[in-house]
Amino acid sequence: MMQRSKLAFVALAFAALALWPLAAGNYGIDLVTKIMVYAIFALSLELLVGATGLVCFGQAAFFGIGAYATVLLSPADAAASLLWLLPACVLLAALYALAVGALSLRTKGVYFIMVTLAFAQMAYYVVHDTPLGGGTDGIYLNVKPTLGSLIALDKPLVLYAFTLACLALVFGGLALLLRSRFGHALAGIRVNEQRMRATGFSTYPYKLAAFTVSGAIAGLAGFLFAVKDGAVNPELMSWHLSGAVLIMIILGGLGHLRGALIGAFAFTLLQELFKSEAIFGTFSKHWLLGLGLTIIASVALLPRGLVGVPGQLRERLLGKPAALRGTTEVRDEAR
Amino acid sequence: MKPADVLLRGREITRRWGGLVAVDRVSIELERGAVHAVIGTNGAGKSTLVNILAGELAPSAGQVELLGSDVTAWPQPRRARAGLGRSYQRTTIYPSFTVFENCRLAAQARTQQPWRWWQSAEGCATSTAAAHAAARRVGLEGVLERPAGLLSHGEKRQLEIAMCLATEPQVLLLDEPLAGMGAEETERMLSLLAELKAGHAILLVEHDMDAVFRIADRITVMVNGAVIASDTPDSVRNSADVQAAYLGGH
Repeated sequence: MMQRSKLAFVALAFAALALWPLAAGNYGIDLVTKIMVYAIFALSLELLVGATGLVCFGQAAFFGIGAYATVLLSPADAAASLLWLLPACVLLAALYALAVGALSLRTKGVYFIMVTLAFAQMAYYVVHDTPLGGGTDGIYLNVKPTLGSLIALDKPLVLYAFTLACLALVFGGLALLLRSRFGHALAGIRVNEQRMRATGFSTYPYKLAAFTVSGAIAGLAGFLFAVKDGAVNPELMSWHLSGAVLIMIILGGLGHLRGALIGAFAFTLLQELFKSEAIFGTFSKHWLLGLGLTIIASVALLPRGLVGVPGQLRERLLGKPAALRGTTEVRDEAR
Repeated sequence: MKPADVLLRGREITRRWGGLVAVDRVSIELERGAVHAVIGTNGAGKSTLVNILAGELAPSAGQVELLGSDVTAWPQPRRARAGLGRSYQRTTIYPSFTVFENCRLAAQARTQQPWRWWQSAEGCATSTAAAHAAARRVGLEGVLERPAGLLSHGEKRQLEIAMCLATEPQVLLLDEPLAGMGAEETERMLSLLAELKAGHAILLVEHDMDAVFRIADRITVMVNGAVIASDTPDSVRNSADVQAAYLGGH
């Protein structure tokens, strides 16, 4: 029954996204395109943090590499073909993730967090301080990529549909991946890596594969972001963005793909809300404060994230069903 | 005993931690069809020895041989795939997974195929069948859908054995499988070990002396990292050295 309600939620969410352009104006389409790009980005991190238990604090590097590659590989005065540009950007992000993963996965816990951050900062300073990426100002994407006349990504509606299709593919692909033997092995690594090794799983290649796939998906999000904005700047690789995407998946609820989806929506909408002068007047200048306080409150009140809200309500109103009593006490600690 | 029956052999294994010698030139042989118990006081180096044999810890010196090959340089997962299963002194399971998934995931180690990402894990007939068989073997077939963290202590220990068995090992290294068990659970575990003996070589680290002397075919006594006796239970029981050092007139 639980499984069916999850499926229904995801189906409804995607149906709503598909119908949204009928109701929304230009602003609405642009905003939801941005949210869907963040959702893809958040899904990439969910694979590492929620599924495998690897807290990566440098995810923006892969996003930024996908974005910069989009601009740098595009010809200055003609539209690049989606057919090679998209795979190229994804591949570059994946390759960087492979290299970063190969080194950083030799560390654990807080050291892993720090090493991934360090590699992201390295990428940040390459585009920030060298002429390669136009320095602090960034660079413009003169002509947006196309695929013949069928997919012209300079049209907002086409980009919206294309982004939605990418989001659906990533979501579906990750859902399949996580129910496969590979995904179950990642879950085992998250819960008890020592036992996995004792059982016969070489955990390093598994983690490296997850890290690389995650980097590729973040690269896809970066590509879409660059196409949507038509420009890139070093902030796309900054640790602020790595932190923001981490907050998205925590806010949404770790351990669930739809948590990444919900978190991307909640985070971006909260941001828009607190930035809105019409609602908050002069306080909107301090939107970061409002956003921060809201996030602190929701993490304190919703330990399972927004995904866990229905369950929390049910328990509050009806009490726990006898069969499940005690199950939330089953934590992942190896004891 | 024919040499082919020795499935795991440790030769002159030594492990130093700085100036402290935790394991001092210990040689040990595990034969199919026999339970080899290792006893000794706390800190005698028993768990360190198990960790070295399992590949979780590298020895400072010495050699480990599994099924006739020198595996000293092999990492733990490779040894496990070659047929070496172990249980931990502190229960080491996946508490948030069901009993079935605990067993199935262990069995999956034999048929990992991570590239089949479109096929569901439960759709893997080999690991599913092995998981059911292992759970049945230890008597947990009635609680397959329970989260493992909700099992009783004794059941968790049984589950850990089931997870070992699901990987179809030839050698079992069991670190205090009876710790914290009630009398009835102990009986059950001992009869299971007696059953498993036929097809496996078993190393048993255990503090429960009654159990050890009942089930072991051979007993190695360690004191301060070194072996002071390694013989049949009767000889060990009557050894003056062992009595002086450890058994205290048992």
